[in-house]
Amino acid sequence: MRVFPENYVRQVAESRVWKSVFRSGTGFSNLKRSRFVQQNVFLHLFSVKARQRVLDFSVTWYLGALSFATFAILVITGILLMLYYHPSVPQAYADMKDLEFVVSSGVFLRNLHRWAAHAMVFLVFAHMFKVFYRGAYRPPREFNWVIGVVLLLLTLFLSYTGYLLPWDQLAFWAITVGSNIASAVPLLGGKIRFLMLGGNQVNANALLRFYVLHCMILPVTALLFIAVHFWRIRKDGGIYTGVPTTEGEQKR
Amino acid sequence: MSDGKDFIAEASSNARQAPVRVAFVTRRTSPAVKTRDEDLVMTYPEVFFRAAVAVMSVAIVLVWIALLFNAPLEGLADPMHTPNPAKAPWYFLGLQELLHYFPPVFAGVLIPGMVVMALIIIPYFNINIQAEGLWLRDRKRRLRIFAAVVTVLVVFLAVFEVWVALAPTVVIVALMLWAAYSAAHPETKRRIPAKPVSFWIMTWFLAEAITLTAVGTFFRGPGWSWVWPWR
Repeated sequence: MRVFPENYVRQVAESRVWKSVFRSGTGFSNLKRSRFVQQNVFLHLFSVKARQRVLDFSVTWYLGALSFATFAILVITGILLMLYYHPSVPQAYADMKDLEFVVSSGVFLRNLHRWAAHAMVFLVFAHMFKVFYRGAYRPPREFNWVIGVVLLLLTLFLSYTGYLLPWDQLAFWAITVGSNIASAVPLLGGKIRFLMLGGNQVNANALLRFYVLHCMILPVTALLFIAVHFWRIRKDGGIYTGVPTTEGEQKR
Repeated sequence: MSDGKDFIAEASSNARQAPVRVAFVTRRTSPAVKTRDEDLVMTYPEVFFRAAVAVMSVAIVLVWIALLFNAPLEGLADPMHTPNPAKAPWYFLGLQELLHYFPPVFAGVLIPGMVVMALIIIPYFNINIQAEGLWLRDRKRRLRIFAAVVTVLVVFLAVFEVWVALAPTVVIVALMLWAAYSAAHPETKRRIPAKPVSFWIMTWFLAEAITLTAVGTFFRGPGWSWVWPWR
């Protein structure tokens, strides 16, 4: 009997080890495809079936998927950048120069992180307006809209905290301008600014705080909200297609 | 659809004594799906593969941009030397532009706070859910209210000399008046006149956001003075 490459693939997929890792088993029936989604802790956030119209480009422009794509790129490039970065003054700036002249592909890494960050802010805004103009915020999806607003704010905070990390003139004064706005809050303004910067002006403490927020607290929070955001799509009846599917939902 | 029967779950921690119940399916917790003869596809592979193509497309585009354009990097941060103008990241430049006209409490705290609140409460108001056309009914009264609101807004912006924010306002107001006119003349197209009030507010917000951000990014130079980007 001739042995084709796909036979090896099947052999691996039917091995004890593979089966112990992936609970869904193998095969191409719709039952297996359902189990592939349903039996996976990450994929089970999504529904097993979707309405055909969801696939149309005009329904979503894929803006949600694209926003998540930029987030994924940012996590990957961000982790790699962390390997070359010290959140201290003035070493942070020296690390930028190292990325430029010493680290292999360092410039590319930083460029990709920077442009993906701008793209994410833009795409998340675009996603919000697309959802609004399609009327997809209406019940039963109202809370998912609120989660979306939270994710928009998290995106802005993520981008803003990352803006300081290169510790160049651009970073320093952009954060100075931004943190001065915070001090305009009545009564608490000065306190909020102090809490944010770890001092009365942008200095090494501020850099450390922004680093912790940017690399740990905000991404983890964003990931949690993204998970709920995805899960609520399924719970609220799938992606809105403009055709009424549930009680209380009407065509625009 | 009639209301399902109200079940009351047994409140006993002892699973042996409480009746064995496989599952409750109540209306509130089950997925809100009620398909009406719509075609369905399997999420895997149909949706996932398309999403993967979208993800890869954006990745390829961004990789090209990253190869062609370098991220900006200026000199080492120097608290003694303020660049002129000192600009925030681009998505905050609309706010910074407003700070040029209004006191910080208003432009820096009140306006963004109100925008976030407004976004959050959108889906909780019936007027936004029913999305009834603004000019389709009760037009005379609504035009009077509209005139009052626009007058207050325009006078407010004019007093503070916020011409940058006034321009998009005038455009949107003109569009709304045109929509009201079209609604009164049924022989014209009905698409724009049938737009609800939430559509107009959001469109006005979008126009303001784009204009203010663009002005803050491209048209502001030393001392936040007006400059032409091509000069």
